[in-house]
Amino acid sequence: MSAPGPLLEMRGITKTFPGVRALSDVTLGVRAGEIHAICGENGAGKSTLMKVLSGVHAHGTYDGEILFDGEPVAFKDIRASEKRGIVIIHQELALIPYLSIAENIFLGNEQTTARGFIDWSGTLRRASELLRRVGLRENPQTPVADLGVGKQQLVEIAKALSKEVRLLILDEPTAALNDEDSATLLDLIVELREQGIASIIISHKLGEIRQIADSVTVLRDGRSIETLPVRERPGAEPELGEDRIIRGMVGRDLDHRFPARTAYEGEQAVALEVSGWTVRHPVDPQRTVVDDVSLTVRRGEIVGIAGLMGAGRTELAMSVFGRSYGSYEAGTVAVNGREVQTKTVPAAVAAGIAYVTEDRKRYGLNLIDNINRNVSLASLAGMTRRGIVDEHHERSVAERYRTSMNIKTPTVFEQVGRLSGGNQQKVVLSKWIHADPQVLILDEPTRGIDVGAKYEIYAVIDALAARGKAVLLISSELPELLGMCDRIYTMAEGRLTAEVTRAEATQEVLMRQMTRRRLTEDWS
Amino acid sequence: MTTTTTPPPGAPEAPPAVPSAMTLLVRGVRANMRQYGMLIALAFLVVLFQIWTDGTLLLPNNVSNLIQQNSYILVLAMGMVIVIIAGHIDLSVGSLVAFVGAMAAVMMVRYDVPWVLALLLSLLIGAVAGAWQGFFIAYVGIPSFIVTLAGMLLFRGATQIVLEGQSLAPFPDGFQNLAKGFIPEMGPYTQYHNPTLVLGLCAVAFLLLREWRDRRRQLAHDLDVLPTGLWAAKCGAITAAVVAFTLTLASFHGVPVVMLIMCGLLIVLGYVMRNAVVGRHVYALGGNKAAAQLSGVKDKRVTLTVFVAMGVLAALAGCVYAARLNAGTPQAGLNFELEAIAASFIGGASMSGGVGTVMGAVIGGLVLGVLNNGMSLVGIGTDYQQVIKGLVLLAAVGFDVWNKRRAAR
Repeated sequence: MSAPGPLLEMRGITKTFPGVRALSDVTLGVRAGEIHAICGENGAGKSTLMKVLSGVHAHGTYDGEILFDGEPVAFKDIRASEKRGIVIIHQELALIPYLSIAENIFLGNEQTTARGFIDWSGTLRRASELLRRVGLRENPQTPVADLGVGKQQLVEIAKALSKEVRLLILDEPTAALNDEDSATLLDLIVELREQGIASIIISHKLGEIRQIADSVTVLRDGRSIETLPVRERPGAEPELGEDRIIRGMVGRDLDHRFPARTAYEGEQAVALEVSGWTVRHPVDPQRTVVDDVSLTVRRGEIVGIAGLMGAGRTELAMSVFGRSYGSYEAGTVAVNGREVQTKTVPAAVAAGIAYVTEDRKRYGLNLIDNINRNVSLASLAGMTRRGIVDEHHERSVAERYRTSMNIKTPTVFEQVGRLSGGNQQKVVLSKWIHADPQVLILDEPTRGIDVGAKYEIYAVIDALAARGKAVLLISSELPELLGMCDRIYTMAEGRLTAEVTRAEATQEVLMRQMTRRRLTEDWS
Repeated sequence: MTTTTTPPPGAPEAPPAVPSAMTLLVRGVRANMRQYGMLIALAFLVVLFQIWTDGTLLLPNNVSNLIQQNSYILVLAMGMVIVIIAGHIDLSVGSLVAFVGAMAAVMMVRYDVPWVLALLLSLLIGAVAGAWQGFFIAYVGIPSFIVTLAGMLLFRGATQIVLEGQSLAPFPDGFQNLAKGFIPEMGPYTQYHNPTLVLGLCAVAFLLLREWRDRRRQLAHDLDVLPTGLWAAKCGAITAAVVAFTLTLASFHGVPVVMLIMCGLLIVLGYVMRNAVVGRHVYALGGNKAAAQLSGVKDKRVTLTVFVAMGVLAALAGCVYAARLNAGTPQAGLNFELEAIAASFIGGASMSGGVGTVMGAVIGGLVLGVLNNGMSLVGIGTDYQQVIKGLVLLAAVGFDVWNKRRAAR
């Protein structure tokens, strides 16, 4: 292996989307033959940075410069970066399920004969070699759909190797894997380093980072905070502690503004009680996505759930709300002390539960319809006379929320798809507030919206609690949880790992509980 | 027809006031671009052929003819647009038209079943056929394209089996009147058909009353309304259109029976799609199925309902078509599904679901109908007619796509 000089340098990278600055002045340096970890909270800019590097965001759409092998590069698309040996493996695997392993490996890069037809024997031979390199014992003619996620991940890496990869980027490679598959994959990444292939690995699992990385860059709010060496030389014991990484990830001033939280008045009645809730993965029944979760929310209380991506927060919420996710295994739900049945969404709504989704475009709104009809959809029954919707009532309801929620639109007949993210979120909230539930589960209610609109939404949440509603707030933004919640549960790998009161909660405490691995039992 | 009389849905609720009347108009038109566009296109076609045929197009007997020969396609289009809004497609309606027509013929010709009973049983057959397809689509989860493609083959084959490859005729007069009849003349001799005048008057009164009531209720709820002047102009336009149309029909045999049926369907289906919970749920399902499910919409039941409704409408169209031919024939309804689908898309429905109106589909059907009739009158061969209709479909949808992209900047 050659002396470790800089393989990649990214300098002063700034990338803005309409209304949002995703990256500002980010610096990243990767030495040849190292494993470089990138970590940061959800939304810190990790994925955006990798999209800039791999040419998904073409040269010219961002500011700053990228040097690869010491020369400036300007990738206009993914093919251009792959040509230089930079290959990204996305979190969602990009394999075609019904094609064979070999076909997938050479997709877009087909091995052809002199006449331009597919060279099948060459394809299979080269595919077998690549599979050997990644340690996957499978017939290259096997359809990818027949493989588990872990093996599919290895096929992705084989595909990367087929492109003469020099820098491999893995975005949360172990997020969907079980412990055994994760270990195999991490070993492989280390082995590739021995062959001179550098890797950038984005991960939330600090244990993994300590296990394999040589250095780590911490991103926060779209800025590169620091780059820390993890170990002195490859193979040595890690010297960097998880706490040190956490400090970098969260060490920000609480400069977000929150409305003065109406003090929660002690011992109200329990409005929502979930006990022993267990859910399995919809496709892979071996994986327990939510594991024996029990929690309570009192009337007028705002309770947070903190957890990193893949911790099972959304899965918990959606399965409680009409079993909309996964396959139900065990557990009960009680609203206002009475056990309720939430097998279907209408049943959950009737029981007084509302769920405001984290993905408003996919699950929350009918984007091609207007504000009026989106607001009324969950409570049409209350606006009808003999099955006929009272349009005037409906419209006056929509107008009321337009005013009270400050939805910025000329009319309630505006198509929802044309509103900004913040206003769309207000429409979803209006829909569920008007359904008048006892319990509101809010999943990332301020994701992707600007600071001003965030404040307005916080005020709405606060007002709901003041009116005696129980609010369960799922968020990836720790300051948001600290600013809004009376109590916070932390979740990791499907389990609740701690329950923290408002007084005890700090970002460090939460992050430590959120990143704890299931195997370690040192509950603090 | 009411097409020229009732403004498209959405217009009565034109956006809140404050800005000038002009901005209001522009905004309202833009919001319903496709429908207004098609209404303008329809008016243009009518004027074009009126001139080209030296006035034959709008002669009272041709207007009656136009309505009667397009009635079954319009009935199908009203159902098809609902299926399309729900995010599905129904390829089987042409075959179902033939099958129901055949069953009606068998009942009346072979077994002498009274025609009213035969009609009701036919509608029931349509409902069962629709439920059969709806079950596979909603509960088994087979894509509607495949289920109804199977239905297309199945019902066509069943038609031939039932009829043993022959036509069955003739039907009782009562049944034939479904397609060919007019409402009977009553009262003293005037120059015009009296009941038609009365119906026209009723239509004007009904439409104006609805306008007035809507406006009053909107004011009571403290909602924004059209400025008074603009509102009066709108009422005047409605009145003029209905009166002109009424006089045209009344100077021939009056209102065709089938037109009464269609107007009834248009009012009921339009109202259900706009104002009933089930209608809203259809739009929500087509617009975003996941979001609708998470809002508590019972998606399977709604889908089944939609296909049952389509089945009943196809059965009605089958009876009307059989009545018009005065026979049940194995080749009835060939390509009707394509005409109905084309009408829906021309009238503003979206391939991906969630968009469209019953009124739009009727306008789309009339565009095709006027094209057919007009081109036949001027003597353009059916070969060229097909080509032109294909181009019109392409142009209508192409215009819409272009318009949307421009709106999105």
